[in-house]
Amino acid sequence: MTGARWHGLALIATLLLTWQMLYWFAGAQALTPPLATARFLVHLLGTAAFWGHLLETARAFGWAVVIAVGAGLLIGLPLGLHRLGGEIAEPMLVALYSIPKITLYPIVLLAFGIGLPAKIAFGAMHGFIPVALFAMAGVRQVSPTLLRTARVLRLSTASTIRTIVLPAAIPEIATGLRIGFSLTLIGTLLGEMFGSQRGLGYLLMTAIGLQNVPVIMAVTLLLVLFAAGMSVLLLRLNRLTGARNHPK
Amino acid sequence: MRRATAWRLAIIATGVGLLEGLCRAGFITHLTMPPPSEILRDLLHILAAGSMNGAIAKTLSNVAIAVVSSIVTGIALGVAIHPWRGLRNSLEPLFATWYAVPVYAFYPLFIILFGLGDTPQVLIGFMLAMIAVLVSTLSGLDRVPPVLRRTARVNRMGPVATALRITLPCAAPYLFTGVKLALSYAFIGVVGAEFILSRDGLGYEINFAFNNFDNAVMYPLILLILLIATGLNATLQHWERRLLARRSRG
Repeated sequence: MTGARWHGLALIATLLLTWQMLYWFAGAQALTPPLATARFLVHLLGTAAFWGHLLETARAFGWAVVIAVGAGLLIGLPLGLHRLGGEIAEPMLVALYSIPKITLYPIVLLAFGIGLPAKIAFGAMHGFIPVALFAMAGVRQVSPTLLRTARVLRLSTASTIRTIVLPAAIPEIATGLRIGFSLTLIGTLLGEMFGSQRGLGYLLMTAIGLQNVPVIMAVTLLLVLFAAGMSVLLLRLNRLTGARNHPK
Repeated sequence: MRRATAWRLAIIATGVGLLEGLCRAGFITHLTMPPPSEILRDLLHILAAGSMNGAIAKTLSNVAIAVVSSIVTGIALGVAIHPWRGLRNSLEPLFATWYAVPVYAFYPLFIILFGLGDTPQVLIGFMLAMIAVLVSTLSGLDRVPPVLRRTARVNRMGPVATALRITLPCAAPYLFTGVKLALSYAFIGVVGAEFILSRDGLGYEINFAFNNFDNAVMYPLILLILLIATGLNATLQHWERRLLARRSRG
């Protein structure tokens, strides 16, 4: 644990040093140095306008995550249980995963109009695929012995799923949630960059237009901190669920 | 397998047919989306007229540069990092959180640093693709059985022979996964960056058509991107299956 913490700190220090050196190399019109960026971010967090954007993004992202996870599990779990269904759907989901979904954005906008629903739809669209794929893989690799035991004990389908399939598939599902979570964030932000008048993505897009480097850097830093922080938390959860299922 | 393919085709055909019906019946207005048959016809027109050839070439060449550079860099870095346990442990959290960070957030920075040319787009594709190759290379190198390494040493094989005859065949399936991911990610990165802000490429043309309500260009180009992406993906999946099949037979 202490070893891992030391490695993490060394990594963060290296990244900060690289950032500072990039600043010395590229100059002030290209980027702001770490300390000034952090200070500007703190300043932004003190303004009401920024909080409006932040809360707007948080709201869209929250809904998108709920929909992505719900839809992903609803699609992935049954497909994991049904052999032929999974075989049919898996390549389609993989293909959907490899598409640059940003090109579908105009269609989403035409269907939902500019505003919150379009952002939510775009975020959920990105996030549900990994959730579904990992849930499917997780259910599929549940040990047949466990399923046969369930049949011997004459468990109903519902209680088989609740007491055997779900617990056995949880490590995979947790991995899917982690990846789905980050993709949903990317999708929501992309949605805000085009079809919105509010939110962090919109802020980023207007800052690009005005070449407002401090705002770009501060918003990017905030997003990276949030994404990396959530990812580390979910990774820990991931390891925890994995460890519970495979006790040493 | 064959049955699943038939089902898949049937599902896609039903979906497209349904869409066609809804469009023709007026449930989906022509302003929202033209019927699929019309989109396909427009796409063939555009391809025959050659008006988009420049944009297509631009996007594909940028994707190609991003893919090749990320594969070369990813494998080279993977091979270089693999023996250093401590360095790997330090970098592990970076790899794990890499895809959580919205890479497009760096795009404005790249534009300021490199100007509005091809470099920022290629760099976004490279950033997404390279880490996937690097991580797959590392896990591929992990799967080389120590027994085989020792056998190579006993037989006094040189480093090149060891790499070609032991390491590469053992790590190949993982490397292939890396290449497959690299292609998808590079495509997503380049087209996304073009879409956000650029002067040419398919992503730019789609965004331009969208802003001008030019459905006769926008939908065919979206279809073209979907066809290219899924076509590349299907080809690589097919190869991968053949590779694995040959391996399990041998």
